[in-house]
Amino acid sequence: MSVSPPQQKIWWNEPVPKSELIWVIIAFIWGLIMFFAMVWWHIYGEQNLSNESYRITAEDFSAKTEAMVEKYKVREESGYPVVHPPPGEDIYLIARLWQWWPILELEKGQSYRLHLSSLDWMHGFSLQPVNINVQVHPDYEMVLTITPDSAGEFGIICNEYCGIGHHLMLGRMYVVDERGN
Amino acid sequence: MLEQYRICQTTGLRVFQSTENLIKANAVVAVIFLAIGGLFGLSIALTRWKAVHLLPADWFYLALTAHGLDVLVVWIVFFEIAVLYFASSVILGCRIATPRWAWAAFALMLIGALVTNVAVLMGNSSVMFTSYVPLKADPSFYVGIILFAVGTLIACFVFFGTLVIAKQEKTYEGSVPLVTFGATVAAIIAVFTLASGAIILIPTLLWSMGYISHIDTLMYRTVWWGFGHSSQQINVAAHISIWYLISAVVLGAKPLSEKVSRFAFLLYVLFLQLASAHHLLVDPGISSTWKVFNTSYAIYLAVLGSMIHGLTVPGQIEAAQRKKGYNNGMFEWLRKAPWGNPAFSGMFISLILFGFLGGISGVVMGVEQINLIIHNTIYVPGHFHATVVAGTTLAFMAVTYLLVPLIFRRALILPGWAKAQPYLFGLGVAGISVFMMGAGTLGVPRRHWDISQADAILPYDFPGAANLMMGLNGMSAILAALGGFMFIVVVVGSILFGKKIDASTEVPIAPPEDARVVGEYGNEDHPAIPGTIALVGVFFVSFILYYFVNWKYLAEVWPLR
Amino acid sequence: MSEENHQEAADSNESERIPFMQQLLDNPFLLLFLGVTIPTIFYIIWGVMEIVTIPIAK
Ligand code: HEM
Ligand SMILES: [Cu+2]
Ligand SMILES: [Cu+2]
Repeated sequence: MSVSPPQQKIWWNEPVPKSELIWVIIAFIWGLIMFFAMVWWHIYGEQNLSNESYRITAEDFSAKTEAMVEKYKVREESGYPVVHPPPGEDIYLIARLWQWWPILELEKGQSYRLHLSSLDWMHGFSLQPVNINVQVHPDYEMVLTITPDSAGEFGIICNEYCGIGHHLMLGRMYVVDERGN
Repeated sequence: MLEQYRICQTTGLRVFQSTENLIKANAVVAVIFLAIGGLFGLSIALTRWKAVHLLPADWFYLALTAHGLDVLVVWIVFFEIAVLYFASSVILGCRIATPRWAWAAFALMLIGALVTNVAVLMGNSSVMFTSYVPLKADPSFYVGIILFAVGTLIACFVFFGTLVIAKQEKTYEGSVPLVTFGATVAAIIAVFTLASGAIILIPTLLWSMGYISHIDTLMYRTVWWGFGHSSQQINVAAHISIWYLISAVVLGAKPLSEKVSRFAFLLYVLFLQLASAHHLLVDPGISSTWKVFNTSYAIYLAVLGSMIHGLTVPGQIEAAQRKKGYNNGMFEWLRKAPWGNPAFSGMFISLILFGFLGGISGVVMGVEQINLIIHNTIYVPGHFHATVVAGTTLAFMAVTYLLVPLIFRRALILPGWAKAQPYLFGLGVAGISVFMMGAGTLGVPRRHWDISQADAILPYDFPGAANLMMGLNGMSAILAALGGFMFIVVVVGSILFGKKIDASTEVPIAPPEDARVVGEYGNEDHPAIPGTIALVGVFFVSFILYYFVNWKYLAEVWPLR
Repeated sequence: MSEENHQEAADSNESERIPFMQQLLDNPFLLLFLGVTIPTIFYIIWGVMEIVTIPIAK
């Protein structure tokens, strides 16, 4: 029994029952498949998180963001600037207590280098309803290349607890068809 | 000085007085905190049910912090210490090493738990049990956790000391029993866990007191999860040991193969703790190489360990049942299992829910890329209520039904309640797990007071199905809480008012038939286990399907590089 | 001493020798050592090294 010592003194040399042996082999192979699936997806898959990141101060990151807003602002909504940068551009999104700033307007099917960082606490970038979720740290900037392939209005939720206003921390992103509508 | 012991009438185990007292104290405190933490759990589930929305925002975040701490840390760890003492001193029939230190450990843990609870209830430490910097709690919050961790570490070394004494005094022959071995694995993982905790929480304490100006958030998350996630691996090792323990005591089952089961535990020692990386898969700056290697426990070797236990635990039950003559067809052994014995039913439900809900979802969300569509959604609490509540907590409840007669020497009161409890609790917890996972796939965030965000400047509407899921979650939470309440009533009631069991009284529940039966190891006489193989086959197919379905979900989101 | 005696002694010695893997599994402190060093190296140290080598933004 499991509550008494093994009956045979040398149990390591016992033959392993066949059913168990087969299962061990199957499970091992399944593990290999799952491992190489991740590697394979890095090569052939389209959704991989970028490894590009930098250390950055809050001042530098907000300066970069403000420069972008200055340059590409197209209108204002509920007090938020809406920016429409050209495709391929570096775009910036600030996370801070408790807002995502500014509102980005992107073109469908185009790629952008999205820079994410927080000016204060940790936040969670959660793009809905697409459901892309990324951890956003202060002092670190993550750069990911995104290619919106659906048009519409998207919400950005904060899904890392960031204090009492956490549930109010919502942002927005627009994706428009090429000609802009 | 020779210490007093008694021989347990039902199991023939030697129970030392000091061990018995220590197990009682740790288990009682554990159960009290389960009751408190469970109430907090119910209150947050009811808050997230839109139609009820019980608590105001500040209370919600306070209750969520308290819930995580009281159940995940205090309940589980106190109970684990009781399990360690049982698996060393009682199973090996050896006096416990340095009972004074064990009591000191107990005192530190209790004081730590109380200090942290007070800090949280004062309202200025609603930082969640993860206490990510730069969210700052009151210094006493960290002091409490550190005291608790130091106490736990001492208790682990009392366990190791007891192993040494048992070996020196030759209270057993050959290798330690499998259950003790599994508990050793839990204690080993605990040492790494607590060391990581100390490395990160001591500087955080100093920071909260103003002696250190800055703590790097990425560093914090990396080291903290060495503590936070590894502690979950302690639970896995502990509750799997309990599965083996219960099947041995209730059914007289013996391992199909010592070699295979112990090898599976060895894989845990070597690789399980790497999975702390599950929490960092979408963090900046850490390379995919690190993420892929660690999240896969070095090519899924620890998953291999779990899949082995998934065969050997039901397999040994099947073998024991077939030996008793329940040999008809594939599943007579299962149908005729002691389903009315809450120790057994709790254990088996724990096994099934842990494997199917917790295990599969855990591996899937731990895939580096798939984590992008799951990280920090309420899918995550859905997953870990399947592991740590349906798996660990239910297994601990099940073994409590054995500890009450064996250690507290009281008969269970309300046997009807005891009988129904694992089913009700299992159903409720399966509900909260499934519905939170469902809501998570719709993007609902975790740790979030109000997803309808009426006051937000840029509101976002979740699909109606999300609110439906959260409502169903609230209803399941009521069932789970009811099951938890029944457990507390039966256990506390039995300890206080249950009929005293002495040498002459029978244990009314869980009569361990054949408890001393030990067959030949090896495989000549061990019966085939077709039923288990069928179960494992169903499991494997579900696993594969769910795994690939999630790759498909991932393939549908925006391309990302 | 006869040849057979030798043979017997060797045999019983053989069956007494505990396989390496069993010795490892029976030694909690060796397991403790492995269980602490492996995650410390692969998870903590490697992870921390990655974090400290993150470049500074241009
Ligand atoms: C009656 C039983 C329980 C119910 C109804 C329940 C319900 C919940 C709910 C609704 C959440 C919040 C999810 C969120 O908003 O993020 C939660 C979080 C959590 N629960 Fe439970 N739970 C129960 C028992 C337990 C037990 C027994 C454990 C541990 C052994 C546990 C561990 C946790 C943890 C660690 C969290 C996360 C806290 C955080 O995000 O900081 N729960 N639970
Ligand atoms: Cu936030
Ligand atoms: Cu937040």
